[in-house]
Amino acid sequence: MSVQKNPILRETSHLLIPAILLFALYVQFHGEYGPGGGFQAGVIFASAIILYALLHGTKKAEKVISLNLAKALAAIGLLLYEGIGLLGIILGGNFLDYNVLSHDSVHGQHWGILLIELGVGMTVASVIICIFYAFSKFKR
Amino acid sequence: MLAMTAIAIIAMRNMLSVIMLGGIYSLISATLFVVLDAVDVAFTEAAVGAGVSTVLFLSALAITGKHQALTRKNHIVPIFVVLVTGAGLLYSTTDMPSFGDPQAPVHTHVAPRYIEQSYDEIGIPNIVTSVLASYRGYDTLGEVAVVFTALIAVLLLLGLNRGSRKD
Repeated sequence: MSVQKNPILRETSHLLIPAILLFALYVQFHGEYGPGGGFQAGVIFASAIILYALLHGTKKAEKVISLNLAKALAAIGLLLYEGIGLLGIILGGNFLDYNVLSHDSVHGQHWGILLIELGVGMTVASVIICIFYAFSKFKR
Repeated sequence: MLAMTAIAIIAMRNMLSVIMLGGIYSLISATLFVVLDAVDVAFTEAAVGAGVSTVLFLSALAITGKHQALTRKNHIVPIFVVLVTGAGLLYSTTDMPSFGDPQAPVHTHVAPRYIEQSYDEIGIPNIVTSVLASYRGYDTLGEVAVVFTALIAVLLLLGLNRGSRKD
């Protein structure tokens, strides 16, 4: 059954997917003030992409985020996290010490948390998207 | 309700209904976490347990079969292990401090320091985030590495031999 022929699925997906993506970004960047953070945001973001893939097919979803891009983003997210940790050493602190990232220690903590949460979100979202692609493209 | 869903999952033979009930189980536990004021955990449980893992199980079902293979094994040993472990766990809960007790060990160790000083040190109002990302940043790095390793494992099992299998 094609989604294009089913108006309920089509219109609901048009309404819901942008809202889910926006909510994922809100959870990602508002994690310092409300509940949430990188893990939750990544999962919500991935679920929006998976919903799109379920309704419109994996091929169309891969035009949005391809398998190779998702693989790369998963590695980049982890590297960003580790990079922030190493940056702490380079700037004269300990591993994952955010105090030295900025002139003010509280300011440095803000930067550190924002960036590592971004890394976490990227990795989690793209790992889940990748696993979904791997399952849906698997042929016996 | 959780127990009822779990019993229904055991009784079901159709894998499709088992997966759907698994999603329902996750959603009920998510509401339980909201009641316990653990909104972050509830978020994750609702999105991962009820959403993503249900979809992944369904795609695994598309690869394998729809029905559970009937086994004619002896069920007494597993039931005995489950009952003994359950009884042990129930017995040990009697030693636990009551829920929300301010004198409980978890509330007297490092938690007061986080609550009193994390805003001055980190400057963000959500203590969960400052513990997760800053005080326990090393643990979180390990968790992200675990997630990444899971991807590598799945790609090794499913992804690389796509279309090139001989059998």
